[in-house]
Amino acid sequence: MLCERCQQRPATIHLTEVINNHKSKIALCEVCAREIQAQGFGLLPPLSLPYFLAGLLGHGFNAESLEQSDGPEIKCESCGLSESQFVKRGLLGCGNCYRSFAEKLEPLLRRIQGKVEHVGKMPADSLKSDAWLKNEIEVMRKKLKRAIEAEEYEEAAGIRDDIRRMEKQLEQGVSGNVN
Amino acid sequence: MSIKETVSSAHSKWMDGFAPESDVVISSRVRAARNLEQFPFPHLLDEEKAAQVINAVREAVAHKEMVDRVGVLELVVLNELSPLERQIMVDKHLISLDLLLESQKKAVVLREDEVISVMVNEEDHLRIQCLQPGLQLDQAGQLVNLVDDLLGKTLDYAFMEKWGYLTTCPTNIGTGMRASVMLHLPGLVLVGQLGGALNTISKLGLTVRGLYGEGTEAAGDLFQVSNQVTLGQSEEEIISNLTSIVRQLLAQERVARQALYREKRELVEDRVWRAYGILKHARVLSSEEALKLFSSLRLGFDLGIVSDISTGLITELMVMIQPAYLIKMSGEDLPAYRRDVYRAELIRKRMGELNNQGV
Ligand SMILES: [Zn+2]
Ligand SMILES: [Zn+2]
Repeated sequence: MLCERCQQRPATIHLTEVINNHKSKIALCEVCAREIQAQGFGLLPPLSLPYFLAGLLGHGFNAESLEQSDGPEIKCESCGLSESQFVKRGLLGCGNCYRSFAEKLEPLLRRIQGKVEHVGKMPADSLKSDAWLKNEIEVMRKKLKRAIEAEEYEEAAGIRDDIRRMEKQLEQGVSGNVN
Repeated sequence: MSIKETVSSAHSKWMDGFAPESDVVISSRVRAARNLEQFPFPHLLDEEKAAQVINAVREAVAHKEMVDRVGVLELVVLNELSPLERQIMVDKHLISLDLLLESQKKAVVLREDEVISVMVNEEDHLRIQCLQPGLQLDQAGQLVNLVDDLLGKTLDYAFMEKWGYLTTCPTNIGTGMRASVMLHLPGLVLVGQLGGALNTISKLGLTVRGLYGEGTEAAGDLFQVSNQVTLGQSEEEIISNLTSIVRQLLAQERVARQALYREKRELVEDRVWRAYGILKHARVLSSEEALKLFSSLRLGFDLGIVSDISTGLITELMVMIQPAYLIKMSGEDLPAYRRDVYRAELIRKRMGELNNQGV
Protein backbone atom coordinates (compact mmCIF):
# COMPACT_ATOMS: atom_id res chain seq x y z
CA MET A 1 0.00 0.00 0.00
CA LEU A 2 1.25 3.46 -0.90
CA CYS A 3 1.37 6.38 1.48
CA GLU A 4 -1.88 8.32 1.19
CA ARG A 5 -0.15 11.65 1.50
CA CYS A 6 2.79 11.52 -0.92
CA GLN A 7 1.63 8.56 -2.99
CA GLN A 8 5.28 7.64 -3.46
CA ARG A 9 6.67 5.64 -0.59
CA PRO A 10 5.17 2.51 0.95
CA ALA A 11 2.83 3.14 3.90
CA THR A 12 4.16 1.65 7.12
CA ILE A 13 2.40 3.72 9.77
CA HIS A 14 -1.30 4.02 10.44
CA LEU A 15 -2.33 7.20 12.15
CA THR A 16 -5.73 8.09 13.44
CA GLU A 17 -6.93 11.63 13.68
CA VAL A 18 -10.05 12.44 15.57
CA ILE A 19 -12.18 15.37 14.54
CA ASN A 20 -15.27 15.96 16.62
CA ASN A 21 -15.17 12.42 17.95
CA HIS A 22 -15.09 11.07 14.44
CA LYS A 23 -12.02 8.96 13.82
CA SER A 24 -10.34 8.85 10.45
CA LYS A 25 -7.46 6.55 9.64
CA ILE A 26 -4.69 7.37 7.28
CA ALA A 27 -1.82 5.19 6.09
CA LEU A 28 1.48 7.01 5.82
CA CYS A 29 5.11 6.41 5.01
CA GLU A 30 7.65 7.14 7.70
CA VAL A 31 8.68 10.46 6.19
CA CYS A 32 5.14 11.82 5.99
CA ALA A 33 4.21 10.49 9.42
CA ARG A 34 7.21 12.27 10.84
CA GLU A 35 6.24 15.53 9.21
CA ILE A 36 2.68 15.24 10.32
CA GLN A 37 3.53 14.37 13.90
CA ALA A 38 5.89 17.30 13.97
CA GLN A 39 3.04 19.51 12.89
CA GLY A 40 0.91 17.97 15.62
CA PHE A 41 -2.46 18.86 14.22
CA GLY A 42 -4.41 19.67 11.17
CA LEU A 43 -3.58 16.56 9.22
CA LEU A 44 -6.93 15.94 7.67
CA PRO A 45 -8.51 19.23 6.63
CA PRO A 46 -6.15 20.05 3.75
CA LEU A 47 -6.51 16.53 2.49
CA SER A 48 -10.21 15.98 2.87
CA LEU A 49 -11.67 19.44 2.39
CA PRO A 50 -11.62 19.49 -1.40
CA TYR A 51 -13.21 16.04 -1.40
CA PHE A 52 -15.85 17.21 1.01
CA LEU A 53 -16.51 20.28 -1.09
CA ALA A 54 -16.47 18.44 -4.37
CA GLY A 55 -19.01 16.06 -2.86
CA LEU A 56 -21.24 18.94 -1.87
CA LEU A 57 -20.78 20.70 -5.16
CA GLY A 58 -21.38 17.61 -7.20
CA HIS A 59 -24.97 17.74 -6.01
CA GLY A 60 -26.89 20.80 -7.00
CA PHE A 61 -23.97 22.97 -7.90
CA ASN A 62 -23.14 21.82 -11.33
CA ALA A 63 -23.05 18.10 -11.97
CA GLU A 64 -26.38 18.12 -13.74
CA SER A 65 -25.96 21.51 -15.36
CA LEU A 66 -22.60 20.48 -16.73
CA GLU A 67 -23.97 17.31 -18.19
CA GLN A 68 -26.86 19.14 -19.79
CA SER A 69 -24.29 21.52 -21.25
CA ASP A 70 -26.91 23.55 -23.06
CA GLY A 71 -24.66 26.58 -22.96
CA PRO A 72 -20.98 27.30 -22.57
CA GLU A 73 -19.60 26.60 -19.12
CA ILE A 74 -19.24 29.65 -16.89
CA LYS A 75 -15.66 30.87 -16.54
CA CYS A 76 -14.19 33.61 -14.39
CA GLU A 77 -13.21 36.50 -16.61
CA SER A 78 -10.25 37.51 -14.48
CA CYS A 79 -8.45 34.23 -13.88
CA GLY A 80 -10.10 31.89 -16.34
CA LEU A 81 -11.09 29.29 -13.75
CA SER A 82 -14.01 27.19 -14.93
CA GLU A 83 -16.86 25.84 -12.86
CA SER A 84 -15.66 22.27 -13.31
CA GLN A 85 -12.14 23.18 -12.20
CA PHE A 86 -13.61 24.70 -9.08
CA VAL A 87 -15.66 21.60 -8.39
CA LYS A 88 -12.64 19.34 -8.82
CA ARG A 89 -10.46 21.02 -6.20
CA GLY A 90 -12.89 23.07 -4.16
CA LEU A 91 -10.69 26.14 -4.62
CA LEU A 92 -11.59 29.47 -6.23
CA GLY A 93 -9.11 31.14 -8.55
CA CYS A 94 -9.29 34.82 -7.58
CA GLY A 95 -11.45 37.37 -5.81
CA ASN A 96 -13.48 37.92 -8.93
CA CYS A 97 -14.48 34.23 -9.02
CA TYR A 98 -16.87 35.00 -6.17
CA ARG A 99 -18.59 37.52 -8.40
CA SER A 100 -18.53 35.24 -11.46
CA PHE A 101 -20.01 32.27 -9.61
CA ALA A 102 -22.04 34.27 -7.10
CA GLU A 103 -25.41 32.76 -7.84
CA LYS A 104 -24.17 29.22 -7.57
CA LEU A 105 -21.97 29.84 -4.57
CA GLU A 106 -24.73 31.19 -2.40
CA PRO A 107 -26.48 27.87 -1.66
CA LEU A 108 -23.11 26.22 -1.18
CA LEU A 109 -22.05 28.84 1.34
CA ARG A 110 -25.30 28.42 3.16
CA ARG A 111 -24.53 24.75 3.59
CA ILE A 112 -20.92 25.00 4.68
CA GLN A 113 -21.14 28.24 6.64
CA GLY A 114 -24.74 28.29 7.80
CA LYS A 115 -25.04 31.99 7.00
CA VAL A 116 -24.52 34.03 3.87
CA GLU A 117 -23.96 37.59 5.09
CA HIS A 118 -20.60 38.81 6.30
CA VAL A 119 -20.57 40.39 9.73
CA GLY A 120 -17.42 41.92 11.10
CA LYS A 121 -14.35 43.69 9.95
CA MET A 122 -13.96 45.51 6.63
CA PRO A 123 -10.80 46.82 5.02
CA ALA A 124 -10.25 50.39 6.14
CA ASP A 125 -9.75 51.61 2.60
CA SER A 126 -13.05 50.17 1.43
CA LEU A 127 -14.63 52.93 3.48
CA LYS A 128 -12.70 55.48 1.54
CA SER A 129 -13.72 54.47 -1.90
CA ASP A 130 -16.67 56.11 -3.60
CA ALA A 131 -17.22 53.05 -5.74
CA TRP A 132 -17.65 50.94 -2.63
CA LEU A 133 -20.15 53.39 -1.18
CA LYS A 134 -22.16 53.49 -4.41
CA ASN A 135 -22.23 49.75 -4.47
CA GLU A 136 -23.27 49.67 -0.83
CA ILE A 137 -26.09 52.14 -1.45
CA GLU A 138 -27.31 49.97 -4.30
CA VAL A 139 -27.43 46.94 -2.03
CA MET A 140 -29.23 48.91 0.67
CA ARG A 141 -31.85 50.14 -1.81
CA LYS A 142 -32.67 46.55 -2.68
CA LYS A 143 -32.93 45.74 0.99
CA LEU A 144 -35.21 48.71 1.49
CA LYS A 145 -37.47 47.53 -1.29
CA ARG A 146 -37.68 44.05 0.23
CA ALA A 147 -38.42 45.46 3.67
CA ILE A 148 -41.24 47.60 2.31
CA GLU A 149 -42.70 44.69 0.39
CA ALA A 150 -42.61 42.60 3.54
CA GLU A 151 -44.30 45.49 5.37
CA GLU A 152 -41.43 45.70 7.84
CA TYR A 153 -41.67 49.44 8.16
CA GLU A 154 -39.54 49.85 11.22
CA GLU A 155 -36.65 48.09 9.53
CA ALA A 156 -37.27 50.03 6.33
CA ALA A 157 -37.00 53.31 8.22
CA GLY A 158 -33.64 52.25 9.61
CA ILE A 159 -32.37 51.29 6.20
CA ARG A 160 -33.54 54.59 4.75
CA ASP A 161 -31.56 56.48 7.41
CA ASP A 162 -28.49 54.45 6.53
CA ILE A 163 -28.91 55.22 2.86
CA ARG A 164 -29.28 58.94 3.55
CA ARG A 165 -26.16 58.92 5.68
CA MET A 166 -24.18 57.16 2.96
CA GLU A 167 -25.46 59.46 0.24
CA LYS A 168 -24.38 62.43 2.30
CA GLN A 169 -20.97 60.85 2.76
CA LEU A 170 -20.74 60.35 -0.96
CA GLU A 171 -21.61 64.00 -1.65
CA GLN A 172 -18.99 65.28 0.78
CA GLY A 173 -16.39 63.07 -0.86
CA VAL A 174 -15.45 60.38 1.59
CA SER A 175 -11.81 60.47 0.76
CA GLY A 176 -11.61 63.92 2.24
CA ASN A 177 -13.01 62.72 5.55
CA VAL A 178 -10.39 60.14 6.29
CA ASN A 179 -7.22 61.54 7.85
CA MET B 1 18.21 38.30 15.63
CA SER B 2 17.62 37.06 12.10
CA ILE B 3 15.17 34.39 11.05
CA LYS B 4 18.12 32.05 10.53
CA GLU B 5 19.10 32.42 14.18
CA THR B 6 15.51 32.18 15.31
CA VAL B 7 15.00 28.80 13.77
CA SER B 8 18.15 27.35 15.25
CA SER B 9 16.71 27.57 18.76
CA ALA B 10 13.91 25.42 20.15
CA HIS B 11 13.02 28.25 22.43
CA SER B 12 10.52 30.88 21.30
CA LYS B 13 9.99 33.97 23.38
CA TRP B 14 6.25 33.40 23.40
CA MET B 15 6.87 30.28 25.49
CA ASP B 16 7.88 32.19 28.60
CA GLY B 17 5.59 35.18 28.42
CA PHE B 18 2.78 35.62 30.93
CA ALA B 19 0.47 32.68 30.36
CA PRO B 20 -2.98 32.79 31.99
CA GLU B 21 -4.66 29.41 32.59
CA SER B 22 -1.48 27.69 31.48
CA ASP B 23 -2.24 24.64 33.62
CA VAL B 24 -4.67 23.61 30.88
CA VAL B 25 -4.25 25.93 27.93
CA ILE B 26 -0.89 25.59 26.22
CA SER B 27 -1.30 28.22 23.54
CA SER B 28 -3.78 30.48 21.79
CA ARG B 29 -3.60 31.20 18.12
CA VAL B 30 -5.51 33.55 15.83
CA ARG B 31 -5.02 33.41 12.10
CA ALA B 32 -6.56 35.63 9.42
CA ALA B 33 -6.60 34.81 5.71
CA ARG B 34 -6.26 37.68 3.25
CA ASN B 35 -5.82 37.86 -0.51
CA LEU B 36 -4.76 40.60 -2.85
CA GLU B 37 -7.39 41.82 -5.28
CA GLN B 38 -5.19 42.12 -8.35
CA PHE B 39 -3.57 38.65 -8.27
CA PRO B 40 -4.93 35.15 -8.86
CA PHE B 41 -4.96 33.03 -5.69
CA PRO B 42 -1.68 31.22 -4.89
CA HIS B 43 -2.51 27.86 -6.50
CA LEU B 44 -2.79 29.69 -9.84
CA LEU B 45 0.28 31.89 -9.46
CA ASP B 46 3.26 31.41 -11.72
CA GLU B 47 6.71 32.13 -10.31
CA GLU B 48 6.85 35.66 -11.61
CA LYS B 49 3.53 36.69 -10.10
CA ALA B 50 4.32 34.86 -6.88
CA ALA B 51 7.45 36.99 -6.63
CA GLN B 52 5.35 40.11 -7.18
CA VAL B 53 3.07 39.15 -4.30
CA ILE B 54 6.09 38.53 -2.08
CA ASN B 55 7.54 41.91 -3.03
CA ALA B 56 4.29 43.70 -2.28
CA VAL B 57 4.23 42.09 1.17
CA ARG B 58 7.90 42.88 1.74
CA GLU B 59 7.15 46.55 1.10
CA ALA B 60 4.07 46.51 3.31
CA VAL B 61 5.83 45.03 6.34
CA ALA B 62 8.68 47.53 6.02
CA HIS B 63 6.26 50.46 6.20
CA LYS B 64 7.27 52.94 8.88
CA GLU B 65 4.00 52.77 10.78
CA MET B 66 4.27 48.98 10.90
CA VAL B 67 7.76 49.16 12.37
CA ASP B 68 6.67 51.80 14.90
CA ARG B 69 3.55 50.02 16.10
CA VAL B 70 4.28 46.34 15.64
CA GLY B 71 8.06 46.10 15.41
CA VAL B 72 10.59 44.89 12.91
CA LEU B 73 9.19 42.13 10.76
CA GLU B 74 11.65 40.15 8.70
CA LEU B 75 10.60 38.51 5.47
CA VAL B 76 12.42 35.51 4.11
CA VAL B 77 11.69 33.49 0.98
CA LEU B 78 11.31 29.86 1.96
CA ASN B 79 13.87 28.46 -0.42
CA GLU B 80 16.51 30.66 1.19
CA LEU B 81 16.16 28.45 4.26
CA SER B 82 17.51 24.92 4.37
CA PRO B 83 14.92 22.12 4.38
CA LEU B 84 15.76 21.50 8.03
CA GLU B 85 15.31 25.11 9.04
CA ARG B 86 11.92 25.07 7.34
CA GLN B 87 10.92 21.92 9.18
CA ILE B 88 11.87 23.48 12.49
CA MET B 89 9.54 26.36 11.75
CA VAL B 90 6.82 23.77 11.24
CA ASP B 91 7.69 22.08 14.54
CA LYS B 92 7.36 25.43 16.25
CA HIS B 93 3.95 25.93 14.63
CA LEU B 94 5.19 29.06 12.88
CA ILE B 95 4.41 27.83 9.41
CA SER B 96 2.30 25.04 7.99
CA LEU B 97 3.42 21.98 6.09
CA ASP B 98 1.73 23.37 2.97
CA LEU B 99 4.23 26.18 2.94
CA LEU B 100 7.03 23.68 2.34
CA LEU B 101 5.78 22.71 -1.11
CA GLU B 102 6.98 24.83 -4.05
CA SER B 103 9.08 26.81 -1.64
CA GLN B 104 10.42 29.19 -4.26
CA LYS B 105 6.96 30.78 -4.44
CA LYS B 106 6.52 31.16 -0.72
CA ALA B 107 7.77 33.37 2.05
CA VAL B 108 7.38 33.87 5.74
CA VAL B 109 7.38 37.04 7.80
CA LEU B 110 8.44 36.82 11.40
CA ARG B 111 8.82 39.14 14.35
CA GLU B 112 11.82 38.33 16.51
CA ASP B 113 9.79 36.97 19.44
CA GLU B 114 7.89 34.71 17.03
CA VAL B 115 4.57 35.97 18.40
CA ILE B 116 3.59 37.31 14.96
CA SER B 117 4.15 35.58 11.68
CA VAL B 118 2.72 35.93 8.21
CA MET B 119 2.76 33.08 5.73
CA VAL B 120 2.90 34.34 2.17
CA ASN B 121 1.42 32.37 -0.75
CA GLU B 122 0.28 29.39 1.25
CA GLU B 123 -3.37 28.57 0.43
CA ASP B 124 -4.08 32.30 0.57
CA HIS B 125 -1.77 35.20 -0.27
CA LEU B 126 -1.54 36.11 3.39
CA ARG B 127 -2.11 34.18 6.56
CA ILE B 128 -1.51 36.57 9.43
CA GLN B 129 -0.92 34.64 12.61
CA CYS B 130 -0.44 35.44 16.26
CA LEU B 131 0.61 32.81 18.77
CA GLN B 132 0.47 33.44 22.52
CA PRO B 133 1.07 31.18 25.52
CA GLY B 134 -1.92 30.24 27.68
CA LEU B 135 -5.44 31.50 27.11
CA GLN B 136 -4.99 34.88 25.40
CA LEU B 137 -7.29 34.83 22.41
CA ASP B 138 -8.29 38.47 22.92
CA GLN B 139 -4.71 39.67 22.81
CA ALA B 140 -3.89 37.46 19.87
CA GLY B 141 -6.96 38.72 18.02
CA GLN B 142 -6.10 42.35 18.66
CA LEU B 143 -2.57 41.91 17.39
CA VAL B 144 -3.72 40.18 14.22
CA ASN B 145 -6.24 42.97 13.75
CA LEU B 146 -3.55 45.64 14.07
CA VAL B 147 -1.15 43.93 11.66
CA ASP B 148 -4.03 43.42 9.24
CA ASP B 149 -5.02 47.12 9.44
CA LEU B 150 -1.48 48.24 8.78
CA LEU B 151 -0.92 45.82 5.90
CA GLY B 152 -4.24 46.94 4.48
CA LYS B 153 -2.92 50.48 4.17
CA THR B 154 -0.48 49.31 1.52
CA LEU B 155 -2.18 46.22 0.12
CA ASP B 156 -5.46 46.05 -1.74
CA TYR B 157 -7.48 43.17 -0.29
CA ALA B 158 -10.00 41.02 -2.15
CA PHE B 159 -13.22 41.86 -0.33
CA MET B 160 -16.96 41.87 -0.97
CA GLU B 161 -19.39 43.64 1.28
CA LYS B 162 -21.71 40.64 1.24
CA TRP B 163 -19.19 37.85 1.77
CA GLY B 164 -16.36 39.66 3.49
CA TYR B 165 -12.74 38.73 2.86
CA LEU B 166 -12.47 36.45 -0.14
CA THR B 167 -10.40 33.32 0.32
CA THR B 168 -9.18 30.53 -1.91
CA CYS B 169 -11.36 28.00 -0.13
CA PRO B 170 -14.96 29.07 0.53
CA THR B 171 -14.78 27.53 4.01
CA ASN B 172 -12.73 30.56 5.11
CA ILE B 173 -14.62 33.52 3.66
CA GLY B 174 -16.16 36.26 5.77
CA THR B 175 -13.80 37.13 8.57
CA GLY B 176 -11.19 34.75 7.16
CA MET B 177 -10.42 34.10 10.80
CA ARG B 178 -9.57 30.90 12.63
CA ALA B 179 -9.09 31.14 16.36
CA SER B 180 -7.76 28.08 18.12
CA VAL B 181 -6.45 26.93 21.45
CA MET B 182 -4.25 23.98 22.27
CA LEU B 183 -5.52 22.26 25.38
CA HIS B 184 -3.84 19.74 27.65
CA LEU B 185 -6.60 17.48 29.01
CA PRO B 186 -5.01 14.51 30.83
CA GLY B 187 -7.60 14.71 33.63
CA LEU B 188 -10.64 14.30 31.41
CA VAL B 189 -8.85 11.56 29.46
CA LEU B 190 -8.00 9.64 32.65
CA VAL B 191 -11.49 9.82 34.16
CA GLY B 192 -13.03 8.88 30.81
CA GLN B 193 -15.15 12.01 30.44
CA LEU B 194 -13.46 13.44 27.41
CA GLY B 195 -15.76 11.92 24.79
CA GLY B 196 -18.84 13.52 26.31
CA ALA B 197 -17.20 16.90 26.64
CA LEU B 198 -15.98 16.89 23.06
CA ASN B 199 -19.36 15.79 21.77
CA THR B 200 -20.99 18.80 23.37
CA ILE B 201 -18.39 21.12 21.92
CA SER B 202 -18.80 19.91 18.39
CA LYS B 203 -22.47 20.83 18.58
CA LEU B 204 -21.57 24.42 19.41
CA GLY B 205 -19.99 25.34 16.09
CA LEU B 206 -16.49 24.42 17.15
CA THR B 207 -14.08 21.81 15.85
CA VAL B 208 -12.01 19.62 18.14
CA ARG B 209 -8.93 17.84 16.91
CA GLY B 210 -6.64 15.41 18.58
CA LEU B 211 -3.84 13.61 16.85
CA TYR B 212 -3.77 9.98 17.80
CA GLY B 213 -0.79 7.75 17.43
CA GLU B 214 -1.09 4.08 16.71
CA GLY B 215 -2.85 3.43 19.99
CA THR B 216 -6.13 4.85 21.14
CA GLU B 217 -4.78 7.55 23.40
CA ALA B 218 -4.21 11.03 22.05
CA ALA B 219 -0.50 11.71 21.87
CA GLY B 220 0.31 13.84 24.88
CA ASP B 221 -3.40 14.36 25.71
CA LEU B 222 -3.32 17.43 23.49
CA PHE B 223 -6.41 18.76 21.78
CA GLN B 224 -7.04 21.71 19.55
CA VAL B 225 -10.37 23.53 19.61
CA SER B 226 -11.20 26.07 16.89
CA ASN B 227 -14.14 27.88 15.30
CA GLN B 228 -15.82 26.04 12.45
CA VAL B 229 -17.60 28.89 10.73
CA THR B 230 -16.10 32.13 9.40
CA LEU B 231 -19.11 33.79 7.75
CA GLY B 232 -21.90 35.56 9.58
CA GLN B 233 -20.07 35.93 12.88
CA SER B 234 -17.90 38.90 13.78
CA GLU B 235 -14.29 38.46 14.91
CA GLU B 236 -15.29 39.45 18.44
CA GLU B 237 -18.13 36.92 18.54
CA ILE B 238 -15.88 34.13 17.31
CA ILE B 239 -13.27 34.87 19.94
CA SER B 240 -15.65 35.38 22.84
CA ASN B 241 -17.61 32.26 21.95
CA LEU B 242 -14.46 30.15 21.82
CA THR B 243 -13.08 31.70 24.99
CA SER B 244 -16.21 31.00 26.99
CA ILE B 245 -16.36 27.37 25.88
CA VAL B 246 -12.68 26.89 26.62
CA ARG B 247 -13.33 28.28 30.10
CA GLN B 248 -16.00 25.65 30.66
CA LEU B 249 -13.69 22.88 29.49
CA LEU B 250 -10.97 24.28 31.68
CA ALA B 251 -13.22 24.10 34.72
CA GLN B 252 -14.18 20.50 33.91
CA GLU B 253 -10.54 19.52 33.45
CA ARG B 254 -9.59 21.03 36.81
CA VAL B 255 -12.42 19.23 38.56
CA ALA B 256 -11.35 15.96 36.95
CA ARG B 257 -7.74 16.46 38.02
CA GLN B 258 -8.68 17.30 41.58
CA ALA B 259 -11.04 14.32 41.80
CA LEU B 260 -8.35 12.02 40.46
CA TYR B 261 -5.77 13.36 42.80
CA ARG B 262 -8.12 13.06 45.76
CA GLU B 263 -9.30 9.56 45.01
CA LYS B 264 -6.23 8.00 43.44
CA ARG B 265 -3.42 10.10 44.75
CA GLU B 266 -0.78 7.36 44.62
CA LEU B 267 -1.73 6.42 41.09
CA VAL B 268 -1.39 9.97 39.86
CA GLU B 269 1.85 10.51 41.73
CA ASP B 270 3.17 7.23 40.40
CA ARG B 271 2.42 8.26 36.84
CA VAL B 272 4.09 11.62 37.28
CA TRP B 273 7.22 10.33 39.01
CA ARG B 274 7.60 7.48 36.55
CA ALA B 275 7.51 10.02 33.74
CA TYR B 276 10.03 12.15 35.61
CA GLY B 277 12.28 9.17 36.17
CA ILE B 278 12.14 7.90 32.61
CA LEU B 279 12.71 11.32 31.07
CA LYS B 280 15.65 11.84 33.37
CA HIS B 281 17.28 8.48 32.82
CA ALA B 282 16.10 6.87 29.58
CA ARG B 283 18.65 6.11 26.87
CA VAL B 284 16.26 5.64 23.91
CA LEU B 285 13.05 7.68 23.51
CA SER B 286 10.68 7.93 20.55
CA SER B 287 8.96 11.29 20.09
CA GLU B 288 5.58 9.70 20.79
CA GLU B 289 6.72 8.22 24.09
CA ALA B 290 8.45 11.44 25.06
CA LEU B 291 5.29 13.43 24.34
CA LYS B 292 3.26 11.12 26.58
CA LEU B 293 5.80 11.41 29.37
CA PHE B 294 5.87 15.18 29.10
CA SER B 295 2.10 15.17 29.34
CA SER B 296 2.35 13.38 32.69
CA LEU B 297 5.15 15.63 33.84
CA ARG B 298 3.14 18.71 32.97
CA LEU B 299 0.20 17.32 34.93
CA GLY B 300 2.55 16.72 37.84
CA PHE B 301 3.77 20.29 37.70
CA ASP B 302 0.25 21.69 37.53
CA LEU B 303 -0.85 19.60 40.53
CA GLY B 304 2.20 20.72 42.48
CA ILE B 305 3.69 17.21 42.60
CA VAL B 306 6.93 18.28 40.95
CA SER B 307 8.15 21.80 41.33
CA ASP B 308 11.65 21.97 39.88
CA ILE B 309 10.47 22.50 36.32
CA SER B 310 8.52 25.22 34.51
CA THR B 311 5.76 24.92 31.93
CA GLY B 312 7.90 27.07 29.63
CA LEU B 313 10.67 24.47 29.79
CA ILE B 314 8.24 21.61 29.17
CA THR B 315 6.87 23.41 26.09
CA GLU B 316 10.41 24.04 24.88
CA LEU B 317 11.35 20.39 25.39
CA MET B 318 8.23 19.32 23.51
CA VAL B 319 9.53 21.30 20.52
CA MET B 320 13.06 20.10 21.07
CA ILE B 321 12.16 16.41 20.87
CA GLN B 322 10.63 16.78 17.39
CA PRO B 323 12.63 15.10 14.63
CA ALA B 324 13.66 18.20 12.70
CA TYR B 325 15.06 19.97 15.67
CA LEU B 326 17.08 16.95 16.71
CA ILE B 327 18.65 16.69 13.30
CA LYS B 328 19.54 20.36 13.41
CA MET B 329 21.14 20.02 16.82
CA SER B 330 23.19 17.00 15.94
CA GLY B 331 24.19 18.55 12.64
CA GLU B 332 23.43 15.50 10.55
CA ASP B 333 20.48 13.59 9.21
CA LEU B 334 20.06 10.92 11.83
CA PRO B 335 18.37 7.59 11.21
CA ALA B 336 15.35 6.92 13.43
CA TYR B 337 17.18 4.85 16.03
CA ARG B 338 20.06 7.30 16.47
CA ARG B 339 17.50 10.07 16.74
CA ASP B 340 15.75 8.32 19.61
CA VAL B 341 19.10 7.94 21.36
CA TYR B 342 19.97 11.57 20.78
CA ARG B 343 16.52 12.69 21.95
CA ALA B 344 16.94 10.83 25.25
CA GLU B 345 20.37 12.37 25.67
CA LEU B 346 19.12 15.93 25.11
CA ILE B 347 16.25 15.50 27.54
CA ARG B 348 18.53 13.95 30.16
CA LYS B 349 20.84 16.89 29.88
CA ARG B 350 18.12 19.54 30.28
CA MET B 351 16.44 17.65 33.12
CA GLY B 352 19.83 17.19 34.79
CA GLU B 353 20.55 20.90 34.68
CA LEU B 354 17.43 21.51 36.75
CA ASN B 355 18.76 19.81 39.85
CA ASN B 356 22.18 21.30 39.50
CA GLN B 357 20.63 24.75 39.60
CA GLY B 358 19.02 23.63 42.82
CA VAL B 359 15.73 25.31 41.97
ZN1 LIG C 1 4.41 9.64 2.28
ZN1 LIG D 1 -11.32 34.07 -10.93
